[in-house]
Amino acid sequence: MYEVRFHGRGGQGAVTAANILSVAAFKEGKYVQAFPIFGVERRGAPVAAFLRMDDKPIDIKYQIYEPDAVVIQDPSLIQLKEANVAGGLKAGGKVIINTRKEPSEFDFGDAKVYTVDATGIAIENKLGTHTNPIVNTAILGAYARAVGNVSIDSVTEAIMEMSPAKKEANVVAAKAAYEKVVGV
Amino acid sequence: MGVKQVVKGNFATAVAAKLARVDVVPAYPITPSTLFPEQISTYIANGEMDAELLLTESEHSAMSAAIGASASGARVATATASQGLKLMSEMLFIASGMRLPIVTAVGNRALSAPINIWCDHQDTIAERDSGWLQFYAENNQNALDLMLMAFKISEDRRVLLPSMVGLDAFVLTHTMEGVDVPLQEEVDEFLPPYKPVYTLDVKNPMTFGSFGTPAHYMEFKYQQWEAMENAQKVIDEVFSEFYEKFGRKYEKVSEYRTDDADIIILTMGSMSGTARAAVDSMREKGIKVGAAKLTVFRPFPFREIKDLSRKAKVLAVADRNISFGFGGAVFAEIAGALINEKEKPMLIDFIIGLGGRDITQEDFYKIAEISKDAIDKGKVEKMVHWINLREVQ
Repeated sequence: MYEVRFHGRGGQGAVTAANILSVAAFKEGKYVQAFPIFGVERRGAPVAAFLRMDDKPIDIKYQIYEPDAVVIQDPSLIQLKEANVAGGLKAGGKVIINTRKEPSEFDFGDAKVYTVDATGIAIENKLGTHTNPIVNTAILGAYARAVGNVSIDSVTEAIMEMSPAKKEANVVAAKAAYEKVVGV
Repeated sequence: MGVKQVVKGNFATAVAAKLARVDVVPAYPITPSTLFPEQISTYIANGEMDAELLLTESEHSAMSAAIGASASGARVATATASQGLKLMSEMLFIASGMRLPIVTAVGNRALSAPINIWCDHQDTIAERDSGWLQFYAENNQNALDLMLMAFKISEDRRVLLPSMVGLDAFVLTHTMEGVDVPLQEEVDEFLPPYKPVYTLDVKNPMTFGSFGTPAHYMEFKYQQWEAMENAQKVIDEVFSEFYEKFGRKYEKVSEYRTDDADIIILTMGSMSGTARAAVDSMREKGIKVGAAKLTVFRPFPFREIKDLSRKAKVLAVADRNISFGFGGAVFAEIAGALINEKEKPMLIDFIIGLGGRDITQEDFYKIAEISKDAIDKGKVEKMVHWINLREVQ
């Protein structure tokens, strides 16, 4: 089983990112489970979403406490104690961060860090607004490259199926992030 | 063979209503079931579903409209949760008393106060005496399948009672999982159109739910009781027909590694798979533990529970509900079911996961540990335990 935890802020599409990635993995024959932590959602508040994938049916139904990978859509969450983005991260796990910084500027112990300017890519593709860019499809492109257990083709297919709007622009963003992710 | 799709639990219940060719959907939205009327609305707008969606001003009105539509011979489904089911409560008893086979999906959610939108089974459990059949889904596939089967069971002439299908708030309603969505022609073969015995008809006037004086009221209630008894057999028949048609097996009580178990943990709803995973981990350490899942709560599966009870030294009941002044409702029913048995296991109740508190494998290790302690001491020192509870000031 491979477990991924997404951290974002309300409005960035972390829940949708987990859902899209679940469909992408499903297309490759995996059993999947994707779900959010639902709070009383407010734009800008920290949110988390979960994704499990496996070669056999997934029976367990609780939150992910020891992820194999963590996707951080907003780097300001790293300093936020309550977001606890690295909580339980498995030894040798992977961290994908939406930032302009280099992986070497972050310390996640022995986890491997990847960075991508998903915000810049989202703005370039007119996804969301300058103040509130929708970064989730870009970050999924980065995930496909960094983790490699779901192909970029499956990710873009899932985006085409599930994006409520600007499907093509979202695919362009995912592909751009796939190329630009740093740390691979 | 159906089409495999990754969907949320709410979608699974909505697609089941569409496949069942429901005629009328009266609905009032409430978290976490809102996606149901949304999806029905989408189907109707797209021309994929020929049904009337009635958006009412409250859940009480939604169930009232469901009763009217069902009495006129329509196949009716709706969805609600928590406070919404409570507002329907008055009408639930009328639906069952009038013998109307309405099917309602309930996104099992905690009750106020304090206000809470997350999962427990308090909403449906508090309606256990409403005369509705009650089914509980473990996953989204269950939610879809149980909805389809609920129509068939409810509409059977030996039953003619409404059904509610519980699916856990968020853990199922908002979780994406792979589901096999049956083809329309398969469902049509399994579930023929609803042919009501009696309907409201201006050409043949008839009264439903009229005055029942002391001379006749009790016989009406006896017939409801009998119908619920009949449902035991009808459920078995429909489960087995469903298995033959779709290849997915359903049982009122499903057992897992119970044969040589000292401790059996009984669960309901989405925690059941987690319990099985915990059983596997504990078995590796040599702990003789098994799990059992209750899919049907009304009618209560007496025979299956009696069979189960003979297999263990301790039956540990995980109750995602609380009846204040007693304990968990599932525990209470099991204690009642076993009361006249000569040989019975020790029974211990575990209140768990109220208001969406996450239920993990560790919780089941704790349940097994407390159960093991009772075996060692040969007695139950404390009947009701609260699992994973913070220290209360």
